[in-house]
Amino acid sequence: MTAFDTFHSDIGAEARREGNRRSAAISRLRHLPKGLVLAWLVLAAALLFAIAPSLFTGHNPLEGVGGHQLKQPSAAHLLGTDALGRDLYARIVYGAAQSLTGAFVAVGLGLVVGTGLGVIAGSVRPRFDDAIMRIVDVLLSIPPLLLSLSIIILLGFGTVNAAIAVGVTSVAGFARLARAEVVRVRRSDYVEAAFGSGGTFASVLWRHVLPNSLTSVLAFASLQFGSAVLQISTLGFLGYGAPPPTPEWGLLIAEGRNYISTAWWLTTAPGVVVVLVVLAANRVSQSFGKASA
Amino acid sequence: MTVVPEKLPPVLEVEGLCIAYRDGQVERRAVHDVSFRIGPGEVVALVGESGSGKTTTAQSIIGLLAANGRIESGNIRLNGTDIAGWSDRRLDTVRGAKISLVPQDPGSSLNPVKTIGAQLGEIFRIHRALRPDEIDARVVSLLGRVGLSEPELRARQFPHELSGGMRQRVLIAVAIALKPQLIIADEPTSALDVTVQKRILDLIDELRTEYGTSVLLVTHDLGVAADRADRIVVLQRGRVQEQGAASVVLASPRSPYTRQLISDAPSFADPSARPPRVKLPGATEASDKIVVVENLVREFARAGAGGRFCAVNDLSFSVRRGTTHAIVGESGSGKTTTIRSIVGFDRPTTGRIEVDGSEISRLSGEDLRQFRRKIQLVYQNPYGSLDPRQSVLQIVTEPLSNFSRLARSDREEKARAILARVGLPEDALARRPHALSGGQRQRVAIARALVVDPQVVVLDEAVSALDVTVQARILDLLAELQSDLGLTYLFVSHDLAVVRQIADSISVLKDGRLVEGGRVAEVFDAPQSEYTRDLINAIPGRARRAAA
Amino acid sequence: MSGYLLSRVAQALFVLWAAFTISFVLLQAMPGDAILIKFQNPDLGLTAAQVAEIRASYAVDSSVPMQYARTLGNFLSGNYGYSVQAGVPVGSLLAAHLPATLKLATLGFLLATVLALLVAFLSSLTRFSWLRGALQSLPSLFISIPTFWLGIMLIQIFSFRLKLVPVINPGPWQELILPVLTLAVPISAPLAQVLVRNIDDAMTRPFVAVARAKGASRFWVLSRHVAKNALLPTLTIAGVLLGELIAGAVVTETVFGLNGIGGLTERAVGSQDAAVLQAIVVFSALAFVIINLAVDLLYPVLDPRLRTKAGAAA
Repeated sequence: MTAFDTFHSDIGAEARREGNRRSAAISRLRHLPKGLVLAWLVLAAALLFAIAPSLFTGHNPLEGVGGHQLKQPSAAHLLGTDALGRDLYARIVYGAAQSLTGAFVAVGLGLVVGTGLGVIAGSVRPRFDDAIMRIVDVLLSIPPLLLSLSIIILLGFGTVNAAIAVGVTSVAGFARLARAEVVRVRRSDYVEAAFGSGGTFASVLWRHVLPNSLTSVLAFASLQFGSAVLQISTLGFLGYGAPPPTPEWGLLIAEGRNYISTAWWLTTAPGVVVVLVVLAANRVSQSFGKASA
Repeated sequence: MTVVPEKLPPVLEVEGLCIAYRDGQVERRAVHDVSFRIGPGEVVALVGESGSGKTTTAQSIIGLLAANGRIESGNIRLNGTDIAGWSDRRLDTVRGAKISLVPQDPGSSLNPVKTIGAQLGEIFRIHRALRPDEIDARVVSLLGRVGLSEPELRARQFPHELSGGMRQRVLIAVAIALKPQLIIADEPTSALDVTVQKRILDLIDELRTEYGTSVLLVTHDLGVAADRADRIVVLQRGRVQEQGAASVVLASPRSPYTRQLISDAPSFADPSARPPRVKLPGATEASDKIVVVENLVREFARAGAGGRFCAVNDLSFSVRRGTTHAIVGESGSGKTTTIRSIVGFDRPTTGRIEVDGSEISRLSGEDLRQFRRKIQLVYQNPYGSLDPRQSVLQIVTEPLSNFSRLARSDREEKARAILARVGLPEDALARRPHALSGGQRQRVAIARALVVDPQVVVLDEAVSALDVTVQARILDLLAELQSDLGLTYLFVSHDLAVVRQIADSISVLKDGRLVEGGRVAEVFDAPQSEYTRDLINAIPGRARRAAA
Repeated sequence: MSGYLLSRVAQALFVLWAAFTISFVLLQAMPGDAILIKFQNPDLGLTAAQVAEIRASYAVDSSVPMQYARTLGNFLSGNYGYSVQAGVPVGSLLAAHLPATLKLATLGFLLATVLALLVAFLSSLTRFSWLRGALQSLPSLFISIPTFWLGIMLIQIFSFRLKLVPVINPGPWQELILPVLTLAVPISAPLAQVLVRNIDDAMTRPFVAVARAKGASRFWVLSRHVAKNALLPTLTIAGVLLGELIAGAVVTETVFGLNGIGGLTERAVGSQDAAVLQAIVVFSALAFVIINLAVDLLYPVLDPRLRTKAGAAA
């Protein structure tokens, strides 16, 4: 009776459904969105860069070659060289480890702490819930970049510290989402039905509430991954992340700034890489979100 | 009902209509070669269950198919002009002026941030039918015409300040504003309470006679069609099964599907045909009462305004073992609050509830958990009451793992047995709820309730969301289970036709109070209160019952 | 209503106080020490005793609770401390840098709003699915671009390649063209995403079908029914946008060398000038709290459903 008249009827539904499901699985494989495939490929490449950079480039990312300074992209140097004669492609490949580790640490921190807080807030008595959510409100009231900067002042510069600083800013978001999801699931009929069939608080939480509320939290985590790559590169650009000569993507762009009029590739290439990785992470996250909906 | 000579040219002629929906890469046809016509002043009912294509057909006539829908072939002739291929812009001149719509759900069919007056006046602005300074006066007179009190006030109010029935009156006012030739009423009353339903349908009838407008009534309820339509078109899976004059179709249906629909429709059921109850042996009258509710009161703090309001007020009734007791009332009558107290999800403010000898308002913790074995609840919505991540077998074994010390294999065996008992095929056990039909889901929910061997099963509008034919099968199953297992049912419903069919005793609730109670046959034959009489009179299908 | 107002204001004050406390814990109670950084430099030729004296004058050696109480008192009386690096009161430092940032942020926000509205409304009005797809993928592209890189790219393209905007001695408005664009892009992205989603949601609501059934055109429905329903919930992300705006200002001012609060923040972090950063954090929190308070209080005025609670007939 909805706009999309669906075909259920008690009897013949199964056979039809079975057929539908099989053909849907096949057509899903065949018609897998090209963008999504591309996104996975980009992420896989970035991950491989981070794990085994030496497989992808023979150049040394830290030491330049004399007489090869500021060379245009060419067959020898795919993306050209910087002012010290270092191969830019090699520096981007080796930089993947910095950016991806940082993003993993940041998202991991937000996911564990934030989701933990949110699940506790959503499951316990209103008074604790209120207390936790007030803390979350406070965290939200400080603009994320300023919060990261304050934490960096406290912890000092560095890759890990920058990652922690970014992770802390995502705690509030994770907590809010996890709480909202837990509260939504707890209100559902099937949770009440589980209590009605004799479930204890712990068993219902474990069997029904957590599995059903964490799907969208995971989708959010993959969305945060892209955002963490962005924020870490921003901190790197401002000079608060990994110190030179570490090949961190944000830092690469900062270093290339001085040659903006002569060596366009130094700023362009690392930026394009960041955009691609973030776009890919967001696209993948979107597909998670759809699957869970 | 008017009898229209066939010779007059029809207002609407649908011929060979085929409609398909695009679903990803594939197109699926939802309406196959549908043809019918509507004469001037005639009411034609498009009857079918979900998936029959009745709403799709209606949407295509007014040019408002969903974005992925497409008319593949066929004609839709309005006064002889085919409008099937018309552009959106051309159709804009027809919509509202020549064909109008009374939608399904008055709750969401009005823009929440605009006043009633603005939304009704809008139709004159769109079609430039009146001078701007005439609009306000016309709006007020129309609101009065559709039976709203204080029309000047209503025009200034927002939709949320009106009840569902009042909103549907506003939408009817919109539909008749430009005196169109055809009104499409798409399940115009399915979201409303029974007594309101009748008044809304009466209003549509009255305006139709006054303006001579034709009506296409889209409904799942054969009873409504029988009462209101001149002619009936029965649809199943996008195909016309049968059409003809209402009296002929109902009296001598030609297609087996129509016959099935008629025999399954609770409003047509002959109450005397019901099999007599088997008395359980060995039970005396006194110990017979398995559920006893005495002076139940449940108050809630009123949000915002302060103060308290009484959802259930001094309610008492009792249910004999092995029988079915119906709790009947419209929305806000307190029936849901009552049963939530009985199953122990909600604590009454005062009063006593006894189930099988234990007084439940005193129970808590482990005692309450153990008590739940005795009484189980089946929810209205089979989509929401099953965990979407569990398989059917997991859902049904879960209560056993909560209560019994049975080994895993024994638990599964018991669950399989009960699933087979409720008529679920073996191959459904590994599936998730979303891969089941509505009826199958409700069978799973019943199996989950029965697996712990309860004494009492509370059915909270458990069949209201299902199609009639599916509903009839589930009701058959429930009756069978009751006589086999000696179950007691508490059957909560707004649908008196169903209640008359299956219940032994009844409590009629209004505004939290018991209006009337007793044996079903007595209450239906000689209702004591005005309200019960209204409810009984509102059951559709009287025309046919009177004829039969 | 006044009870609600009171509790809402109390809640806002609590958040503000807690934000102050967090920033104090993070910044003032830290081991790193701006005074040492500045004065221990051997080039200044200060003795250890002289450094200690300076430290005493900044009162950094008293106990943390004492410092906390004094700093809180100072903030309440409008004294935000001294910038160790610049040697001037933080208050006057902020006042000097605020106008540049306000100008940038206002223009950036306006441009972002225009961009977002264009994307959202054009994409839902167009009949061409390719144009709709292209417009709707813009926000997810915008949200993936690092702001600082965008700024650099714009300089590279418009100043160095096309030579449209001068790098040396630009006019007061020319100077703002690229920064405003840089700032607007990342702000427009979340705004457009929310708008597109809200419009899509509103479009599927039954009242839209009813309006279409009255004979209203797509444009009529979009402008008179959908727009208000889609714009209202957008108000709730105002606080998030403020955060984006501040982050964007820090990066944009750094890239373009503008002398605003953003540039000040960047320098304060570099020199660990905690007093400056704390004042900026507290004022940002204040702005956030005020914006959210305003949204909360404004919402019931704009949305009739929240205006009247009683009076709904049963």
